[in-house]
Amino acid sequence: MNLGTAWIIASKDLKSVRRKKSIFIGVILFPLLLAFLFPAVIALESRNGGIPASFLPELLNAFSFFFVIAVSTLPTAIASYSIVGEKVEKSLEPLLATPTTDREILLGKSIAAFLPPILATYASAVIYMVLIDYLTYPTLGYLNYPNVSIGIILLLVIPLTEILSIEASVIFSSRVNDVRAANQLGGLMFIPFMIIYLASELGVITLNNDNLLIIAGALLLADAALFYFSSATFRREEILTKWT
Amino acid sequence: MTRMIDAENLTKKFGGLTAVDNLTLHVDDGEVFGFLGPNGAGKTTTVRMLCCLISKTSGTAKVAGYDVGNEADAIKIRGLIGFVPDNVGLYEDLTAYENLDYYGKLYKVSEPQRKENIQRFLTLLGLWEKRDVAAGTFSKGMKQKLAIARALIHDPEILFMDEPTANLDPESAKTVREFILELKHQKKTIFLNTHNLDEAQRICSRIAILNTKLMAIGTPEELEHLTGARRTVIQLEQVTAAVLNALEKLSLGKIVQDGSKLTVETANPIKENPGIVQAVVEAGGRVQSVSVSSSSLEDAYLKLVREQK
Ligand SMILES: Nc1ncnc2c1ncn2[C@@H]1O[C@H](COP(=O)(O)OP(=O)(O)O)[C@@H](O)[C@H]1O
Ligand SMILES: [Mg+2]
Repeated sequence: MNLGTAWIIASKDLKSVRRKKSIFIGVILFPLLLAFLFPAVIALESRNGGIPASFLPELLNAFSFFFVIAVSTLPTAIASYSIVGEKVEKSLEPLLATPTTDREILLGKSIAAFLPPILATYASAVIYMVLIDYLTYPTLGYLNYPNVSIGIILLLVIPLTEILSIEASVIFSSRVNDVRAANQLGGLMFIPFMIIYLASELGVITLNNDNLLIIAGALLLADAALFYFSSATFRREEILTKWT
Repeated sequence: MTRMIDAENLTKKFGGLTAVDNLTLHVDDGEVFGFLGPNGAGKTTTVRMLCCLISKTSGTAKVAGYDVGNEADAIKIRGLIGFVPDNVGLYEDLTAYENLDYYGKLYKVSEPQRKENIQRFLTLLGLWEKRDVAAGTFSKGMKQKLAIARALIHDPEILFMDEPTANLDPESAKTVREFILELKHQKKTIFLNTHNLDEAQRICSRIAILNTKLMAIGTPEELEHLTGARRTVIQLEQVTAAVLNALEKLSLGKIVQDGSKLTVETANPIKENPGIVQAVVEAGGRVQSVSVSSSSLEDAYLKLVREQK
């Protein structure tokens, strides 16, 4: 496998995505919205007497987890565009006729789907952490962020979630024939994460560090399993003869 | 001469359906090889096998000396060939230049060489002025030309084209054919899929007729002789019984009358036509024109394709 070739493919897809304003704006806007929404909630609450210091850390942990929920659907917007889009344009066949391997193409497309959401999420997370620290320092007396919990979320849970989302998109891409349908299927990726979040709200689980690590471990296993299926789906012959 | 393509008993099955059955053919360096057959004959399937896009079920094939079906050779083969698929598959949101540049990079063409080749081909195809325009806005003919330029960007040893004129208006089809002829003059080896007989006859140095199985192979002239009989068409002022009588006596092939036109089957028109004309004139026939039917390849083709059904 040649990483340079994968990068040629990734940069072309990134260029196309940058030109597709609707996708690009969506990918950037969604995490950015969270970065300002949650601090705004805290700021508004503080006018009504504020949230008690004992309750704050858990609330902030829940907020952090929302970045996972957001990122679970973002790569699918790019992956479905770059895979189903090429399928519809019939541009996969000449691409497959070049001296590239299936792995290089798949990796290239995965990189293109991976980078914009993670960069947008990291940038948004920084803005979010700064704003929250600024707003909650008077109540807490210490800086809540950065902490181990958001570290696990940003460095483990979010990348693993993105990978899962990309792999699922590849599998969906072989079954559908328009970008919107692929997108809608990919959009369903947020459901398991929403369930985890709701479970935490209902007190079934707590989103403490141990549990976040367990979630990361489960994601890793799911990634490995889907890696097998997605690379079996993204095979030259499969694409040309079975993807209809 | 080097063998560019060498296929032996190449076969592809899709489940129970045999798409290509025991195909044996070879293509030499510098040939423009026409692969002619009706829809569903297996042309696309054959090209996809030779380009290492899909696996073969059985048989062997070598392209530029490398083995089709061997994983390591497949990458080498794909690096040596250019491929114009039946659907052009351009990136509609990228410009003409960007489309070519991307493929140039994938074929590992150095940057200065890419620049040079892109300019050369776009100029040759009359698209240089449109280099910074999104390919999605191009006409079908322009898209087809761009797809051909894309397949040539790395100066391939063999160019595979899958029905490059099939969906074009006559005008664009003509420019594409002229470009293929231009490539022929430059001694490019070309494997041309087509269902257009006239195109194959005009462009190709050798033609194979495929209908799942290989039905015939040879130069256009060789194929014409496959049907045995050729036809002489005589246009008269009027066909009289005397004229018909005179022709019957010559013991030629079948004679068909269509108004004032007579079509006579002949084994060798060059030899037999003088006698035919003489007999007609002596019988009082007034000849307006005499011609040899040029559709004999079409007859050969139709005969071969129908025979199988
Ligand atoms: N992916 C596939 N699965 C099943 N059958 C196929 C597939 N691709 C082609 N075929 C069948 O193989 C035969 C040859 O098709 P093709 O090579 O596309 O013919 P052509 O290009 O000459 O029109 C046809 O009967 C077609 O239906
Ligand atoms: Mg075809």
